[in-house]
Amino acid sequence: MQMPEPSQAIMNQREALAVALRQIVGQEWVISDEAERRPYQCDGITAYMAMPLLVVLPGSAAEVQQILRFCHERGVKVVPRGSGTSLSGGALPLEDGILLVTSRLCNVLEVDAPNRVARVQPGVPNIKISEAVQHLGLCYMPDPSSQLISTIGGNVAENAGGVHCLKYGVTANHILGLEAVLMTGEIIRLGGAYLGAAEGEMDLMGVLTGSEGLLAMVTEIAVRLEPVPEVARVISMSFPSVEEACACVGAIVGAGIIPAGLEFMDRKVLDAVSVLIRETFDSNTAALLLCELDGTAVEVDALVDVVSDVARNQGAIETKVSTTEEERQRIWSSRKLAFSAIGKLCPDYYCTDGTIPRNKLPEVLNKMADMSVKYGLDYANCFHAGDGNLHPIIMYDAAKPGDLEKAEAFGADVLIACVDAGGVLSGEHGVGVEKRDLMTHQFTDIDLNQQQMVKCAFDPAELLNPGKVFPTACRCAEFGRMHVRNGAIRFPDIPRF
Amino acid sequence: MLSHIPQAAQDADANIKLAKEIIGNCVHCGVCLSRCPTYAVKHEENDSPRGRIFLIKGMYEKGGAPDDRTVEHLDRCLTCLACEAICPSGVEYSKLIAHGREYVEQHYRRPLFQRIVRESLIRLLPNAGLFRKAIALGRLARPARGLFSGTLRAMMDMVPAKPLPAPSPVDRPQTFTVKPGTTRRKRVALLNGCVQTALDTAINEATIRLLQRHGVEVVVARGSGCCGAPAEHMGAEDKALPLVKANIDAWLREADGPEGLDAVIINTSGCGTSVKAYGHAMRLDPQWADKAARVSAMARDISEFMTEIGLMPATQPAGLRVVYHSACSMQHGQRIINQPKDLLRSAGFTVLDVPEGYLCCGSAGTYNLLQPDIAGQLKERKVRNIRSVNAQVAASGNIGCMTQLAGEVGIPFVHTVELLDWATGGPEPAALAATPLVAG
Repeated sequence: MQMPEPSQAIMNQREALAVALRQIVGQEWVISDEAERRPYQCDGITAYMAMPLLVVLPGSAAEVQQILRFCHERGVKVVPRGSGTSLSGGALPLEDGILLVTSRLCNVLEVDAPNRVARVQPGVPNIKISEAVQHLGLCYMPDPSSQLISTIGGNVAENAGGVHCLKYGVTANHILGLEAVLMTGEIIRLGGAYLGAAEGEMDLMGVLTGSEGLLAMVTEIAVRLEPVPEVARVISMSFPSVEEACACVGAIVGAGIIPAGLEFMDRKVLDAVSVLIRETFDSNTAALLLCELDGTAVEVDALVDVVSDVARNQGAIETKVSTTEEERQRIWSSRKLAFSAIGKLCPDYYCTDGTIPRNKLPEVLNKMADMSVKYGLDYANCFHAGDGNLHPIIMYDAAKPGDLEKAEAFGADVLIACVDAGGVLSGEHGVGVEKRDLMTHQFTDIDLNQQQMVKCAFDPAELLNPGKVFPTACRCAEFGRMHVRNGAIRFPDIPRF
Repeated sequence: MLSHIPQAAQDADANIKLAKEIIGNCVHCGVCLSRCPTYAVKHEENDSPRGRIFLIKGMYEKGGAPDDRTVEHLDRCLTCLACEAICPSGVEYSKLIAHGREYVEQHYRRPLFQRIVRESLIRLLPNAGLFRKAIALGRLARPARGLFSGTLRAMMDMVPAKPLPAPSPVDRPQTFTVKPGTTRRKRVALLNGCVQTALDTAINEATIRLLQRHGVEVVVARGSGCCGAPAEHMGAEDKALPLVKANIDAWLREADGPEGLDAVIINTSGCGTSVKAYGHAMRLDPQWADKAARVSAMARDISEFMTEIGLMPATQPAGLRVVYHSACSMQHGQRIINQPKDLLRSAGFTVLDVPEGYLCCGSAGTYNLLQPDIAGQLKERKVRNIRSVNAQVAASGNIGCMTQLAGEVGIPFVHTVELLDWATGGPEPAALAATPLVAG
């Protein structure tokens, strides 16, 4: 993975920078020792590692502001990091940049039950929001599989999804307000703490959500809370073939039902999780669909019948419906633990994140089987079927020379197949470094230029998380020149307002 | 996760080879951070399981003496094993940290004060006689404890304000036969523990009464004693092994004798975790491997055993609201989660869970003495959580946690077996009798 050439001049200043940063955050919260920087070398992708120049853990938004202002003055790059669970390398450090870690900013600041809003700091793990409001019968809906530890700040940066985003929407649909610090140290506040607060503003919250730490450092988030659905039941449906399972996905949505979640797991994943959840699966099962239905009891009972009928018509071997909350949780735990469980099957795996139209599922899954033969690498499939968000898990052994490169090429082929099928590179993990070089396959030069101009508007010095998302540097200085050339603005003949 | 531990190091040390395999199973997903008490306090990757795996990897890759910072972070681990219990990839962190600590002790020279403290604890704890003398000394010095800080202060604070109970006659080697008229259903050995026989004699007494009442003959085997955990937690394998071997010999002598043995019963979950790991600890020693594995297979926590044989109907209409604190060695180390609560319920108690129940109370063997700062923060958090459920009595299955928390929670703190013994016909636990209960 090619990253921007580190600046030796900056790297030489490490100790001096550490001294200055300690004045801001305190002695303990700047990590400069080599042994202690090592655990920060990677996030959720261990294939890519880099030693951060320094690791800095601020304790307040004011400290974040001072750090960014200081780094801006000194020309030091900054890589934001939450809990380090990114699956696209979004928090991959830079050798000449500080790693700015939000783990100490972990407080739920305010819960406003009547307005169903919580104000939280960026380092709060996703699940802690729901835990903080469960006594009110409320929850925070987006639920990425990493929700036990992935932070809300990271969720905003990657516009994280999760099982329930099929019905309830992704992170962007649940953010009401943001406070963020620009690279210059300027604090911006977007939206507010109630629905519609951003009315009349440009949708800059939409710009920041999913910006992968390239535009600003988010320091406070106002999230929407939702009532916990009165009843939720999950139907587990086993199919003799991957094709029939895929067809059933289309049939359920085609029947006019938007399930709370609709997930696909293939046989390899089932075998990996069966130990964890102490359950065995019928030997003829090639794929399993999990379909969650929620709402009022009457509504859910009716939907369970419809979905069960659809599944039987689509050739399901067996359909099982959860009868208790405990059973529902256990069935879901199989899905939530799937990725880590694959860790038991192989020394290393690489998981990617393309999204395709639902009706293209069988086509792309078949292509994947061919690619597996071509590269000689095994793979497993476990994904958000309802929204066509694929998560092929490519298994490899990093200790074998050439294996990682094969896995990367396999993953790239899958993503290209997704784009060619009318889909996109990333559903929810973000582009990061992992899909960066494939951006040219999805976007034209003009598209990418426009996106880079947004980056330049927020961070013209290109110090925030450079080397991520875009396959080339942004050349903000050049963009700047386009606007004002020889002292004259472009198109001087067009009348100004 | 890929590591680059030199092949020579792996060939020279089977534990380093094992470490490489264990590190290889970690996919760096970060789920363990959500359960780690030191991460909850410090918010820092180096004080998380995932960070320590990286540190151990670095220590073996580099070879030689580990650096100060690495040792500090490995020392800060409570070995609560909440991480291992939740790890979806099955990373055997317990083995990684245990062997990592052995490596530290073999290759790292600690500052003099640390050496003295650790050496004293390793000698003191397994020896109930010495331990009693030390406590007596500590009581003399107690008024001056304000002059001290850190570990010394923590040690003085641990000294009970009340004099220790006299040694209990039940803790001498002997056999407790079942009551005349009842048939013997099982025969078990009881690990009566080291510190427990000095700090709280009522626990073993209640355990023996409870077992006898259920038709179980109990042997306190001659030669059995400390399980070896205090030394092992400090990486001093050489100091732990003689204790481990003495226990194996003592119990197998009973098991292979004419009367036989159905189980080794442990009523301190910290010791239970250790005895259940004897098989692993001795696996490389051909003379002891099989014997150790046999003992580990026979080891049962008292709550597991009582669940297996079934609790008799309660005779005491208790009905108290009991908050059950699950020790880490119980819920994470041995994965015993529901049995103690189910037993208490079937004995007529209303059982309440502690919020954030997965978090360690900070006791963790000798941890509260060696890392008083973090231990103190965790204790405060646990106390707050226990108080929040508004129970009348607190119960746990581990003397360490009881010592750490008893004076702070505002309600009597007893061992689970004391309540079970009481409910099935035994005397009311002294801690309960001494305190007026808060209203039901």
